[in-house]
Amino acid sequence: METFKLIMLSTLALVMIISAVMAVLSKEMPLAILASGAISLLASIFFLVLASPDVAMTEAAIGAGLTTFLFFIILRKTDQNKNENEK
Amino acid sequence: MRNSIAIVLILVFGIFLFQTFGHYQTKTSLNKTALYYNTNTPDEVGAANVVTAIVVTYRGLDTLGEVTVLFLTAMIVGYILRQGGREKPKKNNTSEILITAANILIPGSIILGVYVFINGHLTPGGGFQGGAIIGTAISLMILADPLGTIQKAVLHLTESISGFFYVMIGLAGILWAGGFLDNRILSLGTLGDLFSAGAIPIIYSLIGLKVGTEISSILAYINETGNNTSKS
Amino acid sequence: MSLTIDKVALMLGIILMLIGLWGGFTQRNLLKIILSFGIFDTGLNILIVALGYLPGRTAPIIDGTVVTAANLASTAIDPVPQALVLTAIVIGFGTTALMLAYALKLNQHKKSLDINQFNDLKW
Repeated sequence: METFKLIMLSTLALVMIISAVMAVLSKEMPLAILASGAISLLASIFFLVLASPDVAMTEAAIGAGLTTFLFFIILRKTDQNKNENEK
Repeated sequence: MRNSIAIVLILVFGIFLFQTFGHYQTKTSLNKTALYYNTNTPDEVGAANVVTAIVVTYRGLDTLGEVTVLFLTAMIVGYILRQGGREKPKKNNTSEILITAANILIPGSIILGVYVFINGHLTPGGGFQGGAIIGTAISLMILADPLGTIQKAVLHLTESISGFFYVMIGLAGILWAGGFLDNRILSLGTLGDLFSAGAIPIIYSLIGLKVGTEISSILAYINETGNNTSKS
Repeated sequence: MSLTIDKVALMLGIILMLIGLWGGFTQRNLLKIILSFGIFDTGLNILIVALGYLPGRTAPIIDGTVVTAANLASTAIDPVPQALVLTAIVIGFGTTALMLAYALKLNQHKKSLDINQFNDLKW
């Protein structure tokens, strides 16, 4: 059981590090925002395995839900500004 | 040039962090603070969730500070974005699936949020989680109906009343119990009931309503701001 | 040095903090900088929660079967880092929302999101 948890967490940690590098280095904004949402979701699973259900619930609702949604609204408004300006 | 300075700084910070946490030994027993909280919470506070007991009663003043910081954030976002004027509504072309699903999911999400913050002292959950769930319900409302407006007067009234009663309950703790934000103003009851742990359900419900309406007002202001750049 | 769960989480927290700082220092787009600060916050929260873990124990919530009111001190982990991180996550969201509102207003004034364009306060 312990080695299973260890293998699962190591895989999740590797996926999170790759997503973080992808979020910083990618040229398109929607991909970066989705990668940061994926990091928050996997961090919520981490918190659950570390025996903290309160923190896992908070991180899932705020990090993976509200922050990603907020970034997408701001992205849409700044793109509208840019398109309106280039006309 | 700027990239190389950044990499050097990050390497220095990384070496500092690894030196601090490199010799970390996995703990085998609790330290004295955690031992005190774990042995005395069922008798003194009466809540089944020890994290809720710490956040609301043992460290209640920090929670008051956090609620103040969120209130300031919502106020500043509203003040800055109000000067942009209203957005001119364009054509509405959201899909039928989204509107139908939103009609079912929004009341369900609000009820889930209210359930989570009412049962904060029994199960994992509490005011902040319930408030965030109510915030996601409002964000679904914004997605399904981009032209509609959200009544901000109701949001501001709920937030102000919740904050006011939260401080009033804290002051009632000074008059009738041990100190500020003491939960023994109501009876402690038996462990595991809904109406147990004194004033914790009331305090957490007020915090949940306040956080939910603040997040909703931040989202509503960002959605409805326009493009008017005035010199202010 | 035996590899346990909290050591994996500790390493991950440190690496995420470093990646977030690196993104904050080297990127040009304003939204990318705010995203990197979000990654830094997530890494810091994982680090703090990992410091409170004890192997073989479970969450500090009384449910009547595994964890009762009598044996809470011997079957539950440290509850203090969880209370700190709960506050930190919510305030991190407030900070991100405020930074995004400022980025929106800056974009309306200068019509671009490149931070090299905002040199009004440089000497």
